[in-house]
Amino acid sequence: MFKIEERSSVFEGKDKIQVELHRGVKYPHRLNFYDKPPLYDVSIEEFETSALDRLRILAEIESSAARNRTWEETKTVTATQCEKYLPLKSSTAVGADRESQRRTDHLGHFVLRLAFCRSEELRRRFVKAETTLFKVRYESDDSTEREQFLSSRDFNWIAVDKTEKDKYRQDLSSYQGRADTFESDKYYKVRWTRVPDLVDKRKVFLKGGWAYVPSREQSSIVYQEFETRLEKDLLVTARSMPRLDEDTRLVGILDNLSTGFLAGVSSEWSAAPADANGEAIRAEMVDELAAKHFPMCMRNSHQRLRKDHRLNHFGRLQYGLFLKVLGLSVEEAIIFWRKSFDRINDDTFNKMYKYNIRHSYGLEGKRANYPAKNCQQILTSGGDPGCPYRHFSQENLQSALLSTYGPLGLTSTDLYEVMNTVKGQHFHVACTRVFEMTHAASGVKKGEGVGGGESVTHPNQYAARSMELSKVQEEKAAMILT
Amino acid sequence: MDKTSPEIMLAFYRRLYPFKSIFHWLNHKPTPDHLFVNREIAFNLPGEVIIRYNSFNDHDEFKKQVCKLNPTRFEIGPVYTSRPRDRKTARGAFNPTQRELVFDIDMTDYDPVRTCCSDADICKRCWSFISAAVRVLDTAIREQFGYEHLLWVYSGRRGIHLWISDNEAMGLTDEQRKVIVNWLTVVPKDESKRLNVRFGSRALPASLQTSLDHLAVVFSELILDDQDCFASEAGYQALLNLIPDSRVVDTLQSKWSGTSSSSQEKWKDLKTQIKSYKKGTPQRAALAAAMEDIILQYTYPRLDENVSKKRNHLLKAPFCVHPKTGRVCVPVDPARIEEFDPETVPTVTQLLKELDAVAESAEHHSDWERTSLKPYVDMLDKHNLAIMDQVRKEKGGPDMTW
Repeated sequence: MFKIEERSSVFEGKDKIQVELHRGVKYPHRLNFYDKPPLYDVSIEEFETSALDRLRILAEIESSAARNRTWEETKTVTATQCEKYLPLKSSTAVGADRESQRRTDHLGHFVLRLAFCRSEELRRRFVKAETTLFKVRYESDDSTEREQFLSSRDFNWIAVDKTEKDKYRQDLSSYQGRADTFESDKYYKVRWTRVPDLVDKRKVFLKGGWAYVPSREQSSIVYQEFETRLEKDLLVTARSMPRLDEDTRLVGILDNLSTGFLAGVSSEWSAAPADANGEAIRAEMVDELAAKHFPMCMRNSHQRLRKDHRLNHFGRLQYGLFLKVLGLSVEEAIIFWRKSFDRINDDTFNKMYKYNIRHSYGLEGKRANYPAKNCQQILTSGGDPGCPYRHFSQENLQSALLSTYGPLGLTSTDLYEVMNTVKGQHFHVACTRVFEMTHAASGVKKGEGVGGGESVTHPNQYAARSMELSKVQEEKAAMILT
Repeated sequence: MDKTSPEIMLAFYRRLYPFKSIFHWLNHKPTPDHLFVNREIAFNLPGEVIIRYNSFNDHDEFKKQVCKLNPTRFEIGPVYTSRPRDRKTARGAFNPTQRELVFDIDMTDYDPVRTCCSDADICKRCWSFISAAVRVLDTAIREQFGYEHLLWVYSGRRGIHLWISDNEAMGLTDEQRKVIVNWLTVVPKDESKRLNVRFGSRALPASLQTSLDHLAVVFSELILDDQDCFASEAGYQALLNLIPDSRVVDTLQSKWSGTSSSSQEKWKDLKTQIKSYKKGTPQRAALAAAMEDIILQYTYPRLDENVSKKRNHLLKAPFCVHPKTGRVCVPVDPARIEEFDPETVPTVTQLLKELDAVAESAEHHSDWERTSLKPYVDMLDKHNLAIMDQVRKEKGGPDMTW
């Protein structure tokens, strides 16, 4: 995908018009240091989907860090997400299309490099998330395969021979290593700058700038190497980016990807839960639903609509589409909005608003079925109405949170935690935490998010999960009563 | 007259300040290189004014500007990707790339454990804390990190700076600097907290064991005898806080309250208590470990970590004059650190008097040769020679950097 000249031979030959797919790279290992860029043809669609799938995982890793998940939790969450979006099986796995899995992994990584090399901040976050992903995979890798992978490349460490080991016996064993395993323990020597995490915790023996790393801690060298290489490569990519800017097909995709980190990647929420619940939502139910199940942004829209009896254009669009996806039919929607705008007469309503409502349901104009706005769009919109966690002032947000969620069980200690995440600019994490806190009664634990550890990435996802939970609760209650 | 009036400072810069030696030290080569040309120098003018991002082509230009602005002192920053003075027109990013690895030990961090002075005051007695710290740090950095070009500089009043000019040290990133600081930090910020340097109940890590052997002696001489830290009630309460065995604490508490005894006696009491447990019991092992920890807590170097962590932190240049004391920030020989007495460091007025005493009246650019500043400048020049030797060798031979 990077080298045009590689491809030129395809065009020279005979009358070939079709582009041939090169299957050049082979992937002998599950783990990848991403030394070689993907030198083969890729369809635009593959380009985008491979990156999006990977981004979902990286975004989840980021929010794990922001939510203070333990390493074990992070590992489980990442593994489940990987299983879902980016499976990567070991070489011994039966029936899995290993080559194509590894190809997607490889490709997605490099596309994201393009998207995240642009600023220092993006680079830093990308490197951190990628390294974590690598760690998760490294730890879960089959030990023989990991051994093969390690021996497939030169890490530039020096094995410590017996004489040297004996010479420093006392020093080495004072750091770790039990006396009984000392004889069989292997040590490797690297410059201390290559294992900063071990030096930081005073976990290795240092002599003349060399760190004596026991084989148990060997992974530190590998991770550090991965990180350093990626950092360096990203800088190189950043420098050559200006040349790519001319390719208009890619720039849009890349722009879209780099905003993806802000809010996590949202799933398209188009399935109306009305079918699933077997019960359509009617206009008069919205008030109750808003109080029980809506995320902060939609509550805010609803409250403003009730208070002012009006809502600005973007507010109507954002809230209207949300309600549509929630399961409000077009007829009910017209009733809902008509009742809400109770200070205008029928004529004005029909002239000014009815068309827009029908339009958003795909019944007017180009008849497109518009999806509801996801968190990413709401977060990056101008802020009116926007996402309260991002666009409200801190005092405002605090009092809004207390007044709306106080009755649902949000305490001031919880509030402190939420405000801290907001200060750290992790808006979707704050929203997810609020979800967890206010649904603790339904058995949602901290870190569980909207199911399986997923963060909130779409207001409809929030509302749907909330409704689902209360339904389960009701059924349970019904079971007990009967 | 004011010890550091503008007139005195100007004469000092014109006739005494060793610009050429400082240039060699920063530049690592005889001819101007990016290490000097892209280096930030910041001037501190009277009235808390700081002029940042100055840079110079050579030492003559440097000297000229210093004499023109006549700052109270100046500070040295990092080497940037381009000339700091042209930073606004620089193409691409303007970022720090290299910088000596620096450490700052300040007497104020020792206030909880020194009884002789407090705050800005310093006497020969509390200098012992500094000399213990220099010993430990100097050995640790040479032995463990393998750096060779260490320059210790008296800060002019109550502390000491360390500048490390090794190639690898110059290129360390902020993260790596943080790591090295953490490696060398043992005493917790919160004074009431106990030291946490062991893995479980294991022996001290080798790096600290070496320091401990030296510090045990310092502890006895300095903490027990000279400072007599545990004589006062507050003093021995602090000690009791660090003992993990409540039975021992209670016994000693009742024994010490009401009576006055010296620190040596109290330390002996503690030892007796420990011996009351049989050899090989976990209680005895825990207490023996606690004693080692206490020694470290009272004597291990306390670093001002913010100075070391960031490449772009400014630090006062050697041979500047401390505005309060008038003393020159001279290099110190770590091998003879115990003999160093801050009181004998030349002041700027004293140096100028020495110059007047020399009959010859014509100004000469290296007038320092005829004053008591000479041994100190010689020390820096010798240090510079070693750096330059190393640079030459690395240039000639195969690349040995990792």
